Amino acid sequence: MSLLKKEREVVKKMNGFLRTYRRKDHNEGFVHEVAAVCVLTGKILLQNGAETYRVEDTMNRIANSFAVHDAQSFVTPTGIIFSIENHDVTKLVRISHRGTNLRKVTQVNTLSRRVAQGEVAINELQRELVRIDNSTVAYSDSMQILAAAVASSCFLLMFLGKWQDLFPAFIAGGAGQAGMIYFHKLAKVKFFSEFMSSIIIGMIALASVKLGFGLEMNKIIIGAVMPLVPGVPITNAVRDIMAGDLVAGLSKSAEAGLTAFAIGIGVTAAIVLG
Amino acid sequence: MSLILIIAIQSITSYLATCGFGIIFNIPFKPLLHGGLIGMVAWLIYFFLFQYSGNDFVATFAASLVIAIMSQIFARVCKNPVILYSVSGIIPLVPGGLTYSVMSRAVDNNYDIAIYFAEKVFVLSGAIAMGLIFAEVIYQIFEKVKHHTPKKVTTRLFVSRK
Repeated sequence: MSLLKKEREVVKKMNGFLRTYRRKDHNEGFVHEVAAVCVLTGKILLQNGAETYRVEDTMNRIANSFAVHDAQSFVTPTGIIFSIENHDVTKLVRISHRGTNLRKVTQVNTLSRRVAQGEVAINELQRELVRIDNSTVAYSDSMQILAAAVASSCFLLMFLGKWQDLFPAFIAGGAGQAGMIYFHKLAKVKFFSEFMSSIIIGMIALASVKLGFGLEMNKIIIGAVMPLVPGVPITNAVRDIMAGDLVAGLSKSAEAGLTAFAIGIGVTAAIVLG
Repeated sequence: MSLILIIAIQSITSYLATCGFGIIFNIPFKPLLHGGLIGMVAWLIYFFLFQYSGNDFVATFAASLVIAIMSQIFARVCKNPVILYSVSGIIPLVPGGLTYSVMSRAVDNNYDIAIYFAEKVFVLSGAIAMGLIFAEVIYQIFEKVKHHTPKKVTTRLFVSRK
């Protein structure tokens, strides 16, 4: 009885892999399961804005903690290749939509910590990952719009703008984020929603200056487009290149450049046409 | 405007702006508040260093180094990923306004000014990235000194070892 209890403890410690390894013919199936779980982890992390090196690192660590020691992973922004050498297991996942939802990254990180300590069995890990992937817990749309509006008007003051421009920047920033959310739901093309919302921002800034609410149009626009411009992607791209993820870094910087292009054209179009 | 008023306005606005971005990035509530603190400290360093020296490369580098060190500390203490803290912290520093200026000048046919701004964007984002990487290296050296154990040489710069 006590032996069984001890065995159960051991099984719990090693993520339940002993139980599966007991019969030889289950080994291959187990390795496949590990590969599937690792790839799902990588997919969630990459889709929600984790860094490239962290995705690779987390996948290898999870494989390691299930006693699969010869795993290799290659991550680019558009896909993951994961392979376990001695078992002829290779998985490829295509990533088409990428956003930033750091809550999911945090949840996966907590989960992988528990896995490294040996507390999670593989089927439980699978279940948890699917739950995280499907969860829709987030700050509400109105909250995000308010946050963007507040951030825009704060940026105006940080860049030493005039107090009178506070209100136009607030409105323009909120409207830009609202347009971003709306157009993103309308069509899943990122550049289209960025273009449309920067047109909205440009029109609001122009109108506020023409009607006499605002003084410096340039400062209002810069404050209001801050939630849209790809400052963080550019920084991450340079950082990826410095860390040796050359493919990821170059493709991210291309994407960031196109985003900046969409915003620049949108705002200029609004000003020229207005 | 007196100095205290400037400091107060800059700290409040940078805290709020950083937290606002955290909400857009969907950061959970507690790291959001910590990230706001990091963003505030970094922005104050950047602001006064920039006003004092007039060189934005140095100011950006110093601020991003501070961000990265603070994010490492917060991440180790609270057991969260580093990106949660560093992303919202670097938001005020990233050359977003400049990026916009590049494209609006280029669309406006002012190519020489656009290229000037683009160079600046590249240099500033390089400064931020260097600050982040330096902090990682400092952390690794610190760990090495603390434990005094010979370790395998890491080929990847970012893989932190525990």
